[in-house]
Amino acid sequence: MTRRWWPRGLRIRLLVAFVLVAVTGAGAAAWSGARSASAALVTVTERRLTEAVAGQLNALTPQLTYPPNQAALDRLRAAVGTDTLVTYRALRSAAGDHTALVSDALRDAVRSRDRLSTQRISAGGVPWLLIGTPVMVTAPDGRQTRSGIEVYAVRDLAAVEQQVDGMTRSAARTAALALPLAVLLALSAAGSVLRPVRKLRDTARRLAAGDLDARSPPRGADELADLTVTINQMAGSLQESMAGMRRMQADARRFAADASHELRTPLSTLTAVVEVLASATDGMADDARESAELAITETHRLVRLVDDLMEVSRFDGGTAQLLMEEIDLADAVRDSLRARGWAGRVDLVAPPGTRLRVDRRRLDVIVANLVGNALRHGHPPVRVRITDRPALVSIEVTDRGPGLPGHVLPQVFERFYKHDAARSRTPGSGLGLAIARENARLHGGDLTAGNADGGGARFVLHLPREDT
Amino acid sequence: MATILLIEDDALVRRGLQLALRRHGHAVRTADTGEDGLRELRAAEPDLVVLDVMLPGIDGFEVCRRVRSVTQVPVIMLTARGDDFDVVEGLEAGADDYVVKPARPTVLDARIRAVLRRSTDPTEGVRVHRDLRIDTAALTVSRRGEPVPLTPTELRLLLTLSRTPGRVFSRQQLLEEVWEHRYLGDSRLVDNCVQRLRVKVEADPAAPEYVQTVRGFGYRFGPV
Repeated sequence: MTRRWWPRGLRIRLLVAFVLVAVTGAGAAAWSGARSASAALVTVTERRLTEAVAGQLNALTPQLTYPPNQAALDRLRAAVGTDTLVTYRALRSAAGDHTALVSDALRDAVRSRDRLSTQRISAGGVPWLLIGTPVMVTAPDGRQTRSGIEVYAVRDLAAVEQQVDGMTRSAARTAALALPLAVLLALSAAGSVLRPVRKLRDTARRLAAGDLDARSPPRGADELADLTVTINQMAGSLQESMAGMRRMQADARRFAADASHELRTPLSTLTAVVEVLASATDGMADDARESAELAITETHRLVRLVDDLMEVSRFDGGTAQLLMEEIDLADAVRDSLRARGWAGRVDLVAPPGTRLRVDRRRLDVIVANLVGNALRHGHPPVRVRITDRPALVSIEVTDRGPGLPGHVLPQVFERFYKHDAARSRTPGSGLGLAIARENARLHGGDLTAGNADGGGARFVLHLPREDT
Repeated sequence: MATILLIEDDALVRRGLQLALRRHGHAVRTADTGEDGLRELRAAEPDLVVLDVMLPGIDGFEVCRRVRSVTQVPVIMLTARGDDFDVVEGLEAGADDYVVKPARPTVLDARIRAVLRRSTDPTEGVRVHRDLRIDTAALTVSRRGEPVPLTPTELRLLLTLSRTPGRVFSRQQLLEEVWEHRYLGDSRLVDNCVQRLRVKVEADPAAPEYVQTVRGFGYRFGPV
């Protein structure tokens, strides 16, 4: 699941990073542009307004007589324009609706600094520029003294504010326009990075699935192309070593099969003649008879060993075939026991009428092996219990012996595994359990080894029921 | 005591089996190739042929087919264990039974005796079933007056089934009665022999009238 979502995750991450960078960059550029433009605009406007007021005052100031009367103040005010307040001690001349906006702070600034001061305020949602200046009198020696006249002008900055707003909006628009462009760019960049990545992933998947011919054609000369070449090289060497291993395995299998096959011809002769020998032991000396008996026993053991080796070769070579027929399981197990003279030594617990499609010979091989082991290595009672379930039939073989030591359990099904010296003297080939399990698996079932609750070894054969 | 023709290419195996079968009271003629064996068959007229599958020149299956085309003499094949392909092809070629190599002479002898054992039917007489006439005393079978040549095994199978028409025999039962395999016989022996028998006695082997299949159980003799 995680693996399937991985490329999408990378795509989204690339997309988000791209868009963030692009929009942040565009936004920052537009915003700082708008900021400096509006600052410049405000400064220019303020200077223009201030200069206008100062210019008009400068034009009128020389004509003033001191101390000024109300008429002089009115003239001065009219010259500066609307929304202007002119004061001289107790005299004041005001016009316009907004002269009340003149603040004490501005007045203080004008009085203390003897020169033109400005203040920007906001009133009723509208920005205003307050300009205040003392009117200075220039003496004939050029010294300027305060005349006591103060001029205050209130100027509306709403138009400037609108222009600044417009600039900010267009900056935001610019940044917004960058968004779809950034998405497109991000998608195409992600695609160009991810396409080869996805191809590599597909190749890796095919390799993992066993298709060792899978390769990705490298494109271009970037890091991904390097990676592709490396993966292809890896696949190549993997393929080579797999092929080598297969060859060796096949050689080994063929050797085992051929060797067993070749052994069978002399064994056929031996099998035939040891019986002649056995029937002729009557007149022999004791040592000769014992030798003949040994030859017979060992020949039969050799035959069993070669038979088992050939059976293993067939499993390894995948040529083992199932010969399925429907049988009564209890009958089949009973037959296996009876044929070996074990019927009286084994408890068979089986529900009647358990019918199953199996290979009778292979089932017999399994049962004979499990029960034979239990009788040889365990203690009585040896019990075979058949359990019939809807999807699965189990045949459990238990004994009351010492059971299997823990370290032996994982290895009991290994070929030629004999966990104690006593076992190596038993007539088995050492392949019995391995073959039994291969037979179980050939049926789509399994064979497991363990210990019973009350002690003793417990082997369970599971055979699936075919859907009919 | 029977005369047996042993066709086996390996000289030592051939000699060993010859010694052992002689010990069991048989007269053994030998041949080392299929061609030689077929010549010997005509010359010696054995009671039974023991035939190795792996032969140089014409193989055991072909030898078996050629034997069948001229005579109903029983054939026992020697095959490798578990080589199911060999077993099936051998049975289809007309072999009566097979023994897995390396063959124990006692096992081989038991099979030889079982195949050669003449059917002794307790109800000697003549049974007639529609077109089929079975003479259990003379051990002959004829269909619409025409004699039907059967191998001893085919005859035994037919006699066993026809003794109780309508009774269903399982393959295992037939293996015990006809082949004397007391344990774990190969049910393909039965199926193959039934096929060969049908070809000989049925008007239409695909729609059998006498040797009927009872699905999941076995075979029975009809018509019922």
